[in-house]
Amino acid sequence: MPVLPDRVDRDAPEFAARREALLELLAEHDRQLGLAIAGGGERAVERHRKRGKLLPRERIELLLDPDSPFLELSPLCAWGTSYTVGGSVVTGIGVVEGTEVLVQAHDPTVRGGAVNPFGAKKQGRASQIANENRLPVVNLVESGGADLPTQSEIFIPGGAGFRDLTRKSAAAIPTVALVFGNSTAGGAYVPGMSDYIVMVEGRAKVFLGGPPLVKMATGEESDDEELGGAEMHARTSGLADYLAVDEYDAIRLGRQIVRRLNRQKLGRPPASSYSEPLHDIDDLLGVVPTDLREPFDPRDVLARILDGSEFDEFKPLYGSSLVTGFGQLHGYPIGVLANARGVLFSEESEKAAQFIQLANQSDTPLLFLQNTTGYMVGKDYEQRGIIKAGAQMINAVSNSDVPHFTINMGASYGAGNYGMCGRAYDPRFLFTWPNAKSAVMGPAQLAGVLSIVARASAEAKGQPYDEEADAAMREMVENQIEAESKALFLTARVYDDGIIDPRDTRTVLGMSLSVAHNNPVKGRRGFGVFRM
Amino acid sequence: MSAIRRILVANRGEIARRVFRTAREMGIATVAVYSDADADAPFVREADLAVRLPGTTPGETYLRGDLVVAAAHAARADAIHPGYGFLSENAEFARQVVAAGLTWIGPPPDAIEAMGSKLGAKRMMRDAGVPTLPWSETVDGAAEIGFPLLVKASAGGGGRGMRIVRDASELADAVDAASREAAGAFGDATVFCERYLEAPRHIEVQVFADSHGNVVSLFERECSIQRRHQKIVEEAPSPAVDDELRSRLGEAAVAAARAVGYVGAGTVEFVMAPDSTYAFLEMNTRLQVEHPVTECITGLDLVRLQILVASGEPLPAEALSPSITGHAIEVRLYAEDATNGFLPVTGTLREFDIAPGVRNDVGVERGSVISPYYDAMIGKVIAHAPSRGEAAAKLAAALRQSRIHGVTTNRDLLVRILGEEDFLAGATDTAYLDRHDPAQLGAPLLDEAGRRAHAAAAALALQAANRAAAQVWPRIPSGWRNNPSQPQHVVIADATGETRVTYRIGRGGAIDLDVDGERLEIAVHACAADLVDASIGGVRERFRVAATPDSGTVDVDSAQGGSSFTVVPRFEDPSHHVAAGSLVAPMPGSVVRVLVEAGAAVAKGDPLVVLEAMKMEHTVASPTDGTVIEVQVAAGQQVDAGSVLVVVDAGDSAS
Repeated sequence: MPVLPDRVDRDAPEFAARREALLELLAEHDRQLGLAIAGGGERAVERHRKRGKLLPRERIELLLDPDSPFLELSPLCAWGTSYTVGGSVVTGIGVVEGTEVLVQAHDPTVRGGAVNPFGAKKQGRASQIANENRLPVVNLVESGGADLPTQSEIFIPGGAGFRDLTRKSAAAIPTVALVFGNSTAGGAYVPGMSDYIVMVEGRAKVFLGGPPLVKMATGEESDDEELGGAEMHARTSGLADYLAVDEYDAIRLGRQIVRRLNRQKLGRPPASSYSEPLHDIDDLLGVVPTDLREPFDPRDVLARILDGSEFDEFKPLYGSSLVTGFGQLHGYPIGVLANARGVLFSEESEKAAQFIQLANQSDTPLLFLQNTTGYMVGKDYEQRGIIKAGAQMINAVSNSDVPHFTINMGASYGAGNYGMCGRAYDPRFLFTWPNAKSAVMGPAQLAGVLSIVARASAEAKGQPYDEEADAAMREMVENQIEAESKALFLTARVYDDGIIDPRDTRTVLGMSLSVAHNNPVKGRRGFGVFRM
Repeated sequence: MSAIRRILVANRGEIARRVFRTAREMGIATVAVYSDADADAPFVREADLAVRLPGTTPGETYLRGDLVVAAAHAARADAIHPGYGFLSENAEFARQVVAAGLTWIGPPPDAIEAMGSKLGAKRMMRDAGVPTLPWSETVDGAAEIGFPLLVKASAGGGGRGMRIVRDASELADAVDAASREAAGAFGDATVFCERYLEAPRHIEVQVFADSHGNVVSLFERECSIQRRHQKIVEEAPSPAVDDELRSRLGEAAVAAARAVGYVGAGTVEFVMAPDSTYAFLEMNTRLQVEHPVTECITGLDLVRLQILVASGEPLPAEALSPSITGHAIEVRLYAEDATNGFLPVTGTLREFDIAPGVRNDVGVERGSVISPYYDAMIGKVIAHAPSRGEAAAKLAAALRQSRIHGVTTNRDLLVRILGEEDFLAGATDTAYLDRHDPAQLGAPLLDEAGRRAHAAAAALALQAANRAAAQVWPRIPSGWRNNPSQPQHVVIADATGETRVTYRIGRGGAIDLDVDGERLEIAVHACAADLVDASIGGVRERFRVAATPDSGTVDVDSAQGGSSFTVVPRFEDPSHHVAAGSLVAPMPGSVVRVLVEAGAAVAKGDPLVVLEAMKMEHTVASPTDGTVIEVQVAAGQQVDAGSVLVVVDAGDSAS
């Protein structure tokens, strides 16, 4: 079996430099994660604890099987915005009673767990992941509902959340709501639309209108407990299926419910035994340059994430700036498309289209390792039909039915982002390395394009061109594009499922592959494979 | 007499296995008898044939001589070995065996009978010139003996019908009381008064006699360390006996044996004062529990000698001119709580593995159930070494490294005794455990640092067990987080309380681990559900672990000793909550008496319910002043450990 060699020179000066630069980015990433964990801050956390309540991540940790892994999704959602990092909600995939579930937990220390536009987007993405991967959903509910100042951005689209809950149920994807506190007004439909509802005695409050609203609407005097207390819902309204004596008990009941869901994964199980990669994944820090202009060989990455470092390369002599081939990852077969030297030419595009079809024929999931500046431009290439070739690749990516997984390892620019299964192409999961960037084109190129266009416009009008203003404009645009193409900016907007430490790539992909196999893995059939 | 071809052992447990072992070596077939409680016991499995004795109590089973003889016929055995205890010193049974045409592997019934009467035996010994303690059969004569003295039942044993009298004024009452007790317990009210030695040594001599007139002493054993009149540490030779004394003791013992026309294995027991004067105590007409120490130092197989003698053969030459090689020490492992008045303990042995390098005569194995029906001794461990100090060290080390879990035993007490100064100096007598507090000697061997290390190993092994059992993501790193917010944790409990272990396994297996908030400097070399190989504070050690997340137990053993933990569940089903003020049974047993009714006012310390377990009564007392609000049991009822007996409400008493 072809085994990828260890070609990394750990004593080379650039190895140390790259490693140091990446560790710095990771340290910054860790600081931002710390902010997400801190939630609403010390005082809010203390107030919350004083009420005898657990923090959202504490609830999640209790819910999960002891010592099982947990993949938090979009942890830095809302980074760099006026909202608290994390978007006032925690989402992720974990194991409860041996079943992979999607967990969502409001963070009540952040504005009472109110949902803001970023949090809404994050929850929407989590919901999509549950749908695509047939994951039961456990909602750990404690939220004051919509963040009122931003209601215009979330009220109307936000209805989709409740719609999706019941559509999940219709698709036999179970939904469980553990209600720890407020879940009022529209928020009442989170438990309302769930298959199973647990409410914590004396804590859960689930009603459409609270006492003041009821008083205003009908003049009726009432209190919280009468309107939406857990006891009332368990004994009178029947909205609660289980009455928990406290938070621990609610989580115990949640686990009990999941235990009886009788979930079976429909995809093929992974190989029962397999080898770890032969080469140390820690080396990736010294392999990956933070300067996107420096190329690196993705085989050095594959050698550190594939089982046994085994990789059967497909068409190695053709279209060599895209590496394609088959391997196995945590026991799951996988096809790989990895950019080797940035640019995609016609050959690479055709090779990709052919390879994607082959993977569909053999029901093999696909991994896209992005490091591309886009499709080649220029007279020669246009005339030789680079658009047609790129279209073949994008066509194949768009209509492929096997699960796709995308890692942005560095650059993801222009239509290369599309061809290499960017966010809009619905990979099951998309993770970003902290050094990675993505934009329609590079900042300098974009600023230069703007400058050329402006200069041409001035010339056409016969006006003099203000060179000083041009320089200032270029700098401003460059800075803006640079900032907007950074991993943190992208992850803040849920354009990925999270930034990951390159050293966790194999782990995260292993979990993602397992999650995808909750559904049958079936490729698109139809025509025979087009030889390009 | 003809050769023995098939032996039935009228006994159970370790002694049955012991006899079978020699029988097998001699090419003799083996037959076990077993009660219902012992149906799955190792000794039953190891026998060639086995016959069930229906029932569980000794009275229904192992004490039923008629059933045993019938079993021998059914299995076509031609000889019966009685072991020790049960029917071993029952002359009537011995006669039944002989009358049934079977070979009795034991002394002549008349000798058993002669030694069964303590008074008769003393007279016989005095007449044979064996030193005896002065005694009197009348109250008047007692004054001449002097005080303190012991009032003893002639037919007695096991401390019953016995009274120590330190002053003449107490004598008459003591005699009356002992006499009543003896009448009740043994059907014979005869008592006598004997000089009482404070804290003597218990020295006994193993004798062997054949039917050809040979009687030989196989030297002495010292069995001074006792609790509740039962030996727990035995050794040979005695550190207090020199060659000259040994030969005198031997002569006295041989004389005693000759006096009763003894044949077979027997033990003549003496008490010995600090000045080395000794006196006959009694003769045991059977193989003793502690016979292995004699076997170790003489190289003889006493069971083989018994079989040879019972077959009518003379004692072999090696038995007729025995010699002592080295020193042997035996300890008896009991299922009991040495720190709590040696309270017997029942339960299932989750793990039972005696470390190698020592002899172990045990009747149990992993999974064996220690039932309340029989003696709580689960086996004996014996070390033989060139010197006494070496034997003690070897035995202590083996015990320390043995893996015994699921049932509390006296192991830690035994290890401590074997390393205790007085013991090592040979300063032992029957009051040893009065001078050395069993609660301290029996405390867990592990010190605080050792306990922390074991707790850490327990948590890591549980973690490994959890991961090994994982259905999904089985090979993703344990407790992996892309956004770590808190460590993993587990709460485990042992007799000393609850311990919280928190840990986070990082990249490359680096571990951050705290035990009760205290950081442990730990590097793990290998970690599985059954083995943790770790350096703690720079010292590498292997911890053998049995982590069973499902049953909620985790047992850890290392060179430092053993720990048994239970995993405190993360969640408690509220329907399992026990009402506040509930008093629960501390052990399984039967309710003897219920002393209160619902509504009764009780004071702190008032007895509420009396339980009986393992033939001992245990009183459950009120922990507080209050009112009994519920009584959940009635006299005669069987209860499990943890069953609620009575609920006492402390609130009402204040008003």
